[in-house]
Amino acid sequence: MNQHVSTEVHVSSVKQLVVVWIGLMFGTWLTVTASNIDLGSLNIWIGLAIATGKALLVGLYFMHLRWDKPFNAFVFAVAFLLLFLFIGFTLMDSAHYQVNVIPGYSPGMGG
Amino acid sequence: MAGHATTPQEGLRVDHHFENADQQYQSAKLGMWVFLATEILFFGGLFVAYSVYRANHPEVFVFGHHFLDKNLGALNTVILICSSLTAAWAVRAAQLKQIRILKLMLSLTLLCAFGFLGVKGVEYHTKWKHGLLWAGSYHPHLDHDEPTTEIISDQDLLVGGTEVEAEVVSEEQGVGDAELVESQVASEGGVAGASTESSPDRSNIAPAAEGPAGLAPPGGGAETGHEINIEPANAQIYFSIYFLMTGLHGIHVIGGIGAFLWLLVCTRRGDFDSGHFTRVDMVALYWHLVDLIWIYLFLLLYLVD
Repeated sequence: MNQHVSTEVHVSSVKQLVVVWIGLMFGTWLTVTASNIDLGSLNIWIGLAIATGKALLVGLYFMHLRWDKPFNAFVFAVAFLLLFLFIGFTLMDSAHYQVNVIPGYSPGMGG
Repeated sequence: MAGHATTPQEGLRVDHHFENADQQYQSAKLGMWVFLATEILFFGGLFVAYSVYRANHPEVFVFGHHFLDKNLGALNTVILICSSLTAAWAVRAAQLKQIRILKLMLSLTLLCAFGFLGVKGVEYHTKWKHGLLWAGSYHPHLDHDEPTTEIISDQDLLVGGTEVEAEVVSEEQGVGDAELVESQVASEGGVAGASTESSPDRSNIAPAAEGPAGLAPPGGGAETGHEINIEPANAQIYFSIYFLMTGLHGIHVIGGIGAFLWLLVCTRRGDFDSGHFTRVDMVALYWHLVDLIWIYLFLLLYLVD
């Protein structure tokens, strides 16, 4: 049984796409520029913040999440949450035990 | 800003197990997002490996990233961002039944994808040439080539250090530890030390002695700054992670090329003439994810400091 039913969807304007693209290009320039300034351990966090800003631009506009059903964004966000837990708990574990496994083997963990 | 411009998906064939076209479209989309979530977790394992090794051995990453060309990495980032724009534009064209623009945008996206792989190929080739490979295949033999000169110029000690180092090495063939000391003494002969130490015709004594786990006292290794170019122990870890992460990403780019070629065939066949754009939308979502992951890879692999 084939029905012909219409469904309404969001269409991005060319102007909007180009503005997002310019934002992403600027973000890339900013990432490279920021990496050339030595701020010690702050560098990686600044870099990650800019990258996450770019990821949000891609997700919200190019991937239409801003106009999508919130549940799709929820699914995507859960993936990032799980990844965060995965990395966070592994690092916590590593920080507690790695230094004792082979003494002097984990300089980054103070061992 | 576009606000909420909408268009009907006309002529959409609704499969019998769906209530209506809207439900069919939303189901496809949800399925795609679940797939993208699994993709994040697929890459997640490698991001965990990266985080743990970088937390434990930061000196390995600082050392390794000097052998990556930041400019080529930035170029590839720009290429992927442009391809994301054209992919998003292709979705718009399919929605509005602008078939010629759709074809153009799909072709431009493909062009960018091939460009990305080309640049990646150049980078892989350079590493292959210098033996900067994964795990057991890691046998660095650096010519006085671009990465080498780049690092030496970082240290502003160009010719002097290199020449002194070369003499020392030729005199003291095969004395592992003595050589290490020399390399540190010889006006911080940075990369020259690193390159000659590990060339195949030299001593087989592993460079572990200079590493944090080795005989050298902690704090005497990579942490003093000016010795940053001396190869730390387990430098191959960086290249294993580099090749796994960029390799998995590269496979995704190749998959994307296949998907966009398929879309071009569909376009030519007239599948999108009726404004049934779901396929274009799904492939574009996948492509944006590939772009999104590269944004992080570029930062984490190329811009370590």
